[in-house]
Amino acid sequence: MSSEIFYQPVSALADALAAKKLSSVELTQAVIERTKAVDDRVLAFNSYDADDALAQARASDARRAAGQARGPLDGIPVGLKDVISVAGQPLTASSKILANFVSPYDATVTLKLKDAGAVCWGRLNLDEFAMGSSTENSAFKTSSNPWALDRVPGGSSGGSAAALAAGEAIATLGSDTGGSIRQPAALCGIVGMKPTYGLVSRYGLIAYASSLDQIGPFTRTVEDAAIMLGTIAGHDPLDSTSFKTEIPDYRAALKQRKGPWKLGVAKEYFGEGLDPEVAASVQRAIDYYRQQGCEIKEVSLPHTKYAVATYYIIATAECSSNLARFDGIRYGHRSAKATDAIDIYSLSRAEGFGPEVKRRIILGTYVLSSGYYDAYYLRAQKVRALIRQDFLNAYKDVDAILTPTSPTPAFKKGEKASDPLSMYLSDIYTIGVNLAGLPGISIPCGFTQSKLPVGLQIIGQPFREADLLAIAHTYEQGHTWHTEHPTL
Amino acid sequence: MSQPTDLNIDHIATLARLALSPEEKAAFSQQLGGILSYIEQLKEVDISGVEPMAHSFPVYNVWGEDIPRPGLPVELALKNAPAQRDNMIVVPTVVE
Repeated sequence: MSSEIFYQPVSALADALAAKKLSSVELTQAVIERTKAVDDRVLAFNSYDADDALAQARASDARRAAGQARGPLDGIPVGLKDVISVAGQPLTASSKILANFVSPYDATVTLKLKDAGAVCWGRLNLDEFAMGSSTENSAFKTSSNPWALDRVPGGSSGGSAAALAAGEAIATLGSDTGGSIRQPAALCGIVGMKPTYGLVSRYGLIAYASSLDQIGPFTRTVEDAAIMLGTIAGHDPLDSTSFKTEIPDYRAALKQRKGPWKLGVAKEYFGEGLDPEVAASVQRAIDYYRQQGCEIKEVSLPHTKYAVATYYIIATAECSSNLARFDGIRYGHRSAKATDAIDIYSLSRAEGFGPEVKRRIILGTYVLSSGYYDAYYLRAQKVRALIRQDFLNAYKDVDAILTPTSPTPAFKKGEKASDPLSMYLSDIYTIGVNLAGLPGISIPCGFTQSKLPVGLQIIGQPFREADLLAIAHTYEQGHTWHTEHPTL
Repeated sequence: MSQPTDLNIDHIATLARLALSPEEKAAFSQQLGGILSYIEQLKEVDISGVEPMAHSFPVYNVWGEDIPRPGLPVELALKNAPAQRDNMIVVPTVVE
């Protein structure tokens, strides 16, 4: 193996582990040392438990020695966004209100990772309760973009993206409500995938907006994304919105499904506000697909311009309801000043939540309040149906749609922090996918002149992740962006 | 759709059980005014005859098998409670 084993993909490390050229303890130790060396600058982790990770690695090595290795993730350190429960480990959502919370049980995705033999590694920073696009809303720290430490890694799963891009994990999990996996993946130069709503169980994920939230992987390659998705996908009786569907062998599909594909390009995703360098990189990716024999067709998604407004009604309404559970009674921060029941609620929440969470709770409470429900929430749900119909109409003609993931490369820390609306608009190309419940993936498609990564978003059809991954793989096979790493 | 100026921050904060400082109230009123103006553009959309969509892939009548299984042990369930005594969560007096 190369000296920088922490930059190797899961697929290569799995081969090395299987060939006994490498042990999980060696690999895990390398990741721990890398984290100790760079995380004072990258700031991706809220916490980590090296002893626990090494114990999991030893158990993996023991399984392998006994001939009971479980598959490609056995012994691989996988980082988890700090909204995904791991029994016995902290679970903070990067919020003061959960600063001392310890998970009493495992999320379903955590159990699936553990069953696959993965080493669950660290608690990764995010915007508080996954509300934001930069990690600047974290109550604890702002993570850095490993490619330019004065810039944000994106969000909300910024810690998951930054840790992977910096070699502090071999793969990570994030959650995506309006772009929170794809946008940081684009900004950090890695692969990030949001599965179809319902493909991956949300049990044990701290809820933000339940009709939009999905857990998904960050990886170095599309093949690794296939490995991770195959591990975490599947129906779960503990999540009543999880979907009963056959889970194909996504990794095998990369080799079996060759296209040529019919790919859509929507003019609504190339308008005002799109950085010219991002536009040029995405255009070159579209040209590449055409050279590979794919048919490129123009499609129209006319309700795209309403996606951000629709999202900020639906997501805030759901969050105001979901976050009502943080009442200072059963768990989480309780105000020392409270003297009666109502005070416990309102003071504990005032002391525990940060500004963006409060802003969204207030907005969500307002749009659901008596007299406004029809004007805001009901109308937004109808526009949501139209946004989804746009995509379904487009899919009569094409297999998938190509867009930029983010209108700009990584922005500077502080640049948008004081203007919530401008921050919201950084999710303009990713939000429609959540509203429509579709799968989407962001893959590296170049760099700007100042060496900031650019992401290509590919939006797929419901529950057709195998095709989506194969389309992404087609691009990756012809390019080397994913083999470049930041200097830290 | 109503005008953004309708946002009565005190009323909404009470509904949300969220104590806001005077500074927060001023800042949020101003910022939410801007966000609500942006949201106003949804008024342009013709939604006549459109069914509202709560979930992208509706799943109906999800039944679980009625099989008893262990829940969280009491110690674990209470581990994160801010205050506890005798296997119960302690709260201030609710009824005099």
